[in-house]
Amino acid sequence: MNWIKTKNNTKINLNEIPSLDIDTLRDEIIKLNKRPVGFFGKEWGEGSTRLFVILADDENSDLYVSSCIFDADEKGYESLTQTIPSFHVFEREFYEQFGIKPLNHPWLKPLRSHKKEYKFFEMEGEEVHQVAVGPIHAGVIEPGHFRFMCNGETVYHLEIMLGYQNRGVEKLMVEYPTNQLAESICGDSVIAHNLAYSKVMECLKDVKVSKRAQLIRTMALEMERAAIHIGDLGAIAGDIAYLMGASVFGATRTLVINTMLEFSGSRFGRGLINVGGVNFDIDNEKIERATKTLTKVEKDVDRMVKTMLKNSSVMSRLEKTGTVSTEKALEIGLVGMAARACGVNLDSRFDFADECFKSLALPRKLFKGKGDVNSRFKLRYQETMESLSIAKRILDMLKNGYKEEVLNTEQNALSANSMAISIVEGWRGEVVHIALTDMNANLSRYKIKDPSFNNWYGLALAVRNNGVSDFPLCNKSFNLSYCGNDL
Amino acid sequence: MAIKILNLIIVLFVPFLMLGIIKKTKAFWGGRYGAPVLQPLYDFVKLMKKDFVISKTTSGIFRITPVIVIASALFAALFVPLASSSAIINIPAGFIIFAYILGLSKFFSLIGAMDTGSSFEGMGASREACFTTIVEPAFFMLLASIMALSGNYTFDALSKIIENSGNYGILICIFALIALFIMILTEGSRVPVDDPATHLELTMIHEVMILDNSAADLALITWASGIKMLLLSSLIAAIVIPQGLPQWIAVLAYLALMFIISVIIGTIESATARIRMSHVFEFIFVMSSFALVVLALVVARMFGG
Repeated sequence: MNWIKTKNNTKINLNEIPSLDIDTLRDEIIKLNKRPVGFFGKEWGEGSTRLFVILADDENSDLYVSSCIFDADEKGYESLTQTIPSFHVFEREFYEQFGIKPLNHPWLKPLRSHKKEYKFFEMEGEEVHQVAVGPIHAGVIEPGHFRFMCNGETVYHLEIMLGYQNRGVEKLMVEYPTNQLAESICGDSVIAHNLAYSKVMECLKDVKVSKRAQLIRTMALEMERAAIHIGDLGAIAGDIAYLMGASVFGATRTLVINTMLEFSGSRFGRGLINVGGVNFDIDNEKIERATKTLTKVEKDVDRMVKTMLKNSSVMSRLEKTGTVSTEKALEIGLVGMAARACGVNLDSRFDFADECFKSLALPRKLFKGKGDVNSRFKLRYQETMESLSIAKRILDMLKNGYKEEVLNTEQNALSANSMAISIVEGWRGEVVHIALTDMNANLSRYKIKDPSFNNWYGLALAVRNNGVSDFPLCNKSFNLSYCGNDL
Repeated sequence: MAIKILNLIIVLFVPFLMLGIIKKTKAFWGGRYGAPVLQPLYDFVKLMKKDFVISKTTSGIFRITPVIVIASALFAALFVPLASSSAIINIPAGFIIFAYILGLSKFFSLIGAMDTGSSFEGMGASREACFTTIVEPAFFMLLASIMALSGNYTFDALSKIIENSGNYGILICIFALIALFIMILTEGSRVPVDDPATHLELTMIHEVMILDNSAADLALITWASGIKMLLLSSLIAAIVIPQGLPQWIAVLAYLALMFIISVIIGTIESATARIRMSHVFEFIFVMSSFALVVLALVVARMFGG
């Protein structure tokens, strides 16, 4: 067996993971040809490194895990990116963290580290000019450097250099695995990251979570999705100077996050989710208030979006701006919302559904996206409406039943020598947390993959041949995370 | 004499009010209270008190630009008919001096921006220069046509369109007003051409050119662009407000018109999105085409019998 097949939120024994040599593994990956969700190393004694590969089979909800050990003197291998381009960030990350070089990698530039010089592509010509933006930006935005190669107003190429937010989260997670830390990985995906962390820990500790707690978690995740989508709809409106949209969406987003504040004491849901369940139960009085608020939000968003879609000046900005074709999206391995907007049907809520989400038996709505800003705008609208209705439905379920404890405090120690994978669909896309334990049942490696990690390159492709003044609009339509990428 | 002094006061203070009213209108449509109408004036005073921050890459051009910009705006104001009077310096072909004084200010703000060596400001300067090359000929065509009609080459011709052009009068007025209004939006860097409220450097036109300016420099430039907006609005007033009204009524009508224009600009900014940069030219060409229509109407009137 060259692969071990497993499921989302399932614990596997490290000894069961096959260990191949790199050439066989490479051939196997190319033969299997599935989407990479994990490609990371771990020190494996005596200076050698073990490379773990996790591929996702989205149609059958299976995860394929395999590995390979590099001895201390092995410093290179033939890169996978040449054959499967979606590995490009994974291989860059692996090279940066463990120094094992993917040979003939077409884009082997630093991913996060600033120790080596970042060599930008250069264009030459009379009318060609470069515009450098950042790392410090106007407004309250995270740091990141953008380098545009332009001919007049047209962008030929954009390079994005990140890593300014690198806090060493993966190492911290091994040393101090807490919910608070998981919540701080990426400030706009608090619920998604905390949920992924909690699920990984529950897997390794064999903790059961009550149905009521699971429902509250699912609802929180959907509320986060709705809140951020509404905020971004407003930001898109603001970028095209459509003031009315910016104001209305700004106000409605506040209603959603203030509801979260009532549930958890934090507008972004910090402190809500804990390993073993959730920290706060929701009483019927709060449920009624929240249902009323969410109904109002639904109505306001619906009305505003419809007004915007009827406004020709708005549509002329959104349509055919920042297009990423379906083929390109598949090739570079976009995930989540950005992929769905390009017509790639990828949603780990359905592909890797947990039992709670399955029990809701929701229909999977397909979105025929064209990959432009307009598609991302409409998709966000559709998802907002879906999320609000899911949240309302769960609130209704919580009102009438499932009277259980929401936090399971009886917790075992971590299982020794194991690995657990948890995939949660945050608003941006799949958040993947992978935890490994050693023989003494301590965490030995913690791997996090935020959807931004896959999608930043998509933004670079989206702005090609667009006006440089349309970049902020494209950027907002993706709204990728800097710290999620930098970790 | 009193009315001329009043006009000077109007030039100095009404620009702040117009900027304030535009912001208030936007706040109203956005469901906010918004800052006080006098906020632009408070900001002006605040900026005047601040210390300068000047980039080391700049030269003297950058330093003198704000002074030239404000001086030319104030000088240009002398050639334009304001509330209930002819221009303070009312000479034939004054509009050419008017246009080129503003051109001088534009020229210096362009090279002042490029002087900073920032790629943003160069980009903004190139955009601004592009738009000006379309606006300027249209402006000359429009005014020259109207003046040719009356044979009076001062700005006074604007108020005599109807009496000089008979049946065509209303049409000429409407087209001239729309063309001038587009000019206000373009030159005043308002939506849909530019977005004065954005923080995104890559999308800016006018704002990005003054990124490096601080303190009094910034205050003067902001004031100057307000004055420019007022002057162009005054041309609209010259067409709209009938001659021969009692003086104080004419002054009130003028102020009311400035208010209305500000509210209209604020409403447009609230209700429409900005045009994509590559399509802005098409929008400004609307001004050129309307100026052409005015020219055609004038030709028809003068030679068509």
